[in-house]
Amino acid sequence: MYRYDEYDQAVVDARVAEFRDQVERRLKNEISEEAFKPLRLMNGLYLQLHAYMLRVAIPYGTVDSRQMRMLAHIARRYDRGYGHFTTRQNIQYNWMKLEEMPDLLADLASVEMHAFQTSGNCIRNISSDQFAAAAADEIADPRPYAELLRQWSTLHPEFSFLPRKFKIAVTGSTIDRAAIKLHDIGLELVQNEAGEIGLKVLVGGGMGRTPMLGHVIREYLPVADYLSYMEAILRVYNRHGRRDNIYKARIKILVNDLGPAEFARQVEEEWALVKPLGLDPPPSELARIAAHFAPPVLDANAPVEIDLSNPDFANWVAVNTHPHKAPGYTIVTISLKAPGEIPGDASADQMDIIADLAQRYAGDEIRVTHAQNLVLPHVRRADLFDLWQVLVSAGLATANLDRASDIISCPGLDYCTLANARSIPIAQKLAVKLAPQEADLGELKIKVSGCINGCGHHHAGHIGILGVDRKGEENYQLLLGGSGAEDATLAKILGPGFDENGIVTAVEKVIDRYKTLRADPAERFLDTYRRVGAEPFKEAVYG
Amino acid sequence: MPRLLTGNRLETGDVLWWAGSDWSLHIRDAVAVDDDGEALIARLAPQERINDLVLIDVDPTPDGWRPRSTRERVRAVGPSVRPDFALPSLPVDAI
Ligand code: HEM
Ligand code: SF4
Repeated sequence: MYRYDEYDQAVVDARVAEFRDQVERRLKNEISEEAFKPLRLMNGLYLQLHAYMLRVAIPYGTVDSRQMRMLAHIARRYDRGYGHFTTRQNIQYNWMKLEEMPDLLADLASVEMHAFQTSGNCIRNISSDQFAAAAADEIADPRPYAELLRQWSTLHPEFSFLPRKFKIAVTGSTIDRAAIKLHDIGLELVQNEAGEIGLKVLVGGGMGRTPMLGHVIREYLPVADYLSYMEAILRVYNRHGRRDNIYKARIKILVNDLGPAEFARQVEEEWALVKPLGLDPPPSELARIAAHFAPPVLDANAPVEIDLSNPDFANWVAVNTHPHKAPGYTIVTISLKAPGEIPGDASADQMDIIADLAQRYAGDEIRVTHAQNLVLPHVRRADLFDLWQVLVSAGLATANLDRASDIISCPGLDYCTLANARSIPIAQKLAVKLAPQEADLGELKIKVSGCINGCGHHHAGHIGILGVDRKGEENYQLLLGGSGAEDATLAKILGPGFDENGIVTAVEKVIDRYKTLRADPAERFLDTYRRVGAEPFKEAVYG
Repeated sequence: MPRLLTGNRLETGDVLWWAGSDWSLHIRDAVAVDDDGEALIARLAPQERINDLVLIDVDPTPDGWRPRSTRERVRAVGPSVRPDFALPSLPVDAI
């Protein structure tokens, strides 16, 4: 785990003091709401439907048990006993009071956390692979590179007022668990022929109103140079991004308008100017950061074989664990998707339990996934049964990772001011309906957004659902064929929309048709759809 | 069509309804502002104590005011997915 140095801590503490003063002045009416609103947004505080909402940054989705306990404390002390883990690996609290914010932020700062750059047109929280440093399929841990980006982008004066928000994801594996093709910049660690680590650079991906997949503008960038190259990309964007039109202001529009080749050429030209300025850190600095991320000392003799005679336990192990680099270890995903519950919500008590488990069994680390689940990255297989029993008693042992009831959902009209329709109830109904047959269906990713902004990744869903407003009524569009993984594609709308019950029935019809169409029981829904196209599903739903 | 004035309290973010001479947490206490709405906003907005002041359309029902839009019904009651937090303003299933 990265630990703040004196500079990191000083920056965060100063920000808390500054915001305390700003809040005091606002409460005394010394500043207007018009002047104050941008200041609170810079500190992650939005006004939503029922109350203020605070978005806390979780850099590359990694926290330790001390931080998770603080997140639980905040849920209990300042909220109504729960929090919502988001698709950007952050946590949101829904029932915040402005007058309590300074104390809350001071509590957060005491565990090296904050909420700035979780709103506004700046570089947002850097996201990453939730299996970093543990996955057997990874080249190297991407988080040191993400951490350096965090330091570089924190309060970067030139990039605090970009044309629009800016999201960066970094992965260290060819198996893409960080959706790098759907970010403004996606970075993938790769090796050259000499075996040296570098970065493949993608730009111009994103969801929202105009979804696009990112383009590779560099196949290999030496790690020694990547920071200045990022600076060059941001400079080109900052200069030419469409500030005149909020709907065209993301970098994806610029990359698309110029064409990826021309955009890349301009970046190279800018880079030639930036590189000599000496921004790139010496290798010793990168090594210093990387040392923080050293995995815990693992037991070389940890047994591989474990007793799987309990069928529920065996099923959970089969579905919710993932191969670890080290024999005798595994990666556990704790599902926050018990069918019927709110996707991504965790109670303060559950957070405390997960913190305890991380400390006891997982090298004191917890990860947040972009699918709104939590991960314990380094667990001895021999400890799995004890761990599972605790999860069962806490209602956290749902065995549904990447299955039909593991649904991503944004807060939608139950909480969000921008929403057109509710998304959580759709996710809940679908999860309850589909859970009984999900083992047969295999991998199936359903994603629900409450408006075109696409916070629920509906464009990247094998099955995506988008809430729209139809003459004042909630209405839902059905999209098929998306993926946010290494085989990324954008889902396409199937046809006219449905009401709340109609969309659930429509998804059931799609799934029933898939079962008759799949080439064999192992063919995923997505692969069947890619093979047969939309027509048979259109016919099943509208025919 | 009757209209209500609503906003969010600066200190807490609470949803408030204009009840004639003061604000209430409960839509059942709200008083229709009809033609006076804009004048009320013009008077209250400069005080800078209530955010996002807005007039919304409602229908009178035997149970009280029913906002026309789902959004405002959700604001009046609370998140439909957390009936345990629902305000006693409208039945949750009225959303
Ligand atoms: C306060 C509530 C929220 C507001 C006001 C909000 C606003 C927005 C807006 C305006 C966009 C569109 C950006 C664009 O197209 O340029 C967007 C995109 C997005 N948001 Fe949210 N959002 C909220 C909550 C969330 C939550 C809860 C999540 C995670 C579950 C999330 C994750 C995302 C993601 C992943 C995208 C699409 C990626 C992209 O930027 O292209 N947001 N959001
Ligand atoms: S997709 Fe729309 S409704 Fe959902 S959280 Fe984002 S802005 Fe709100």
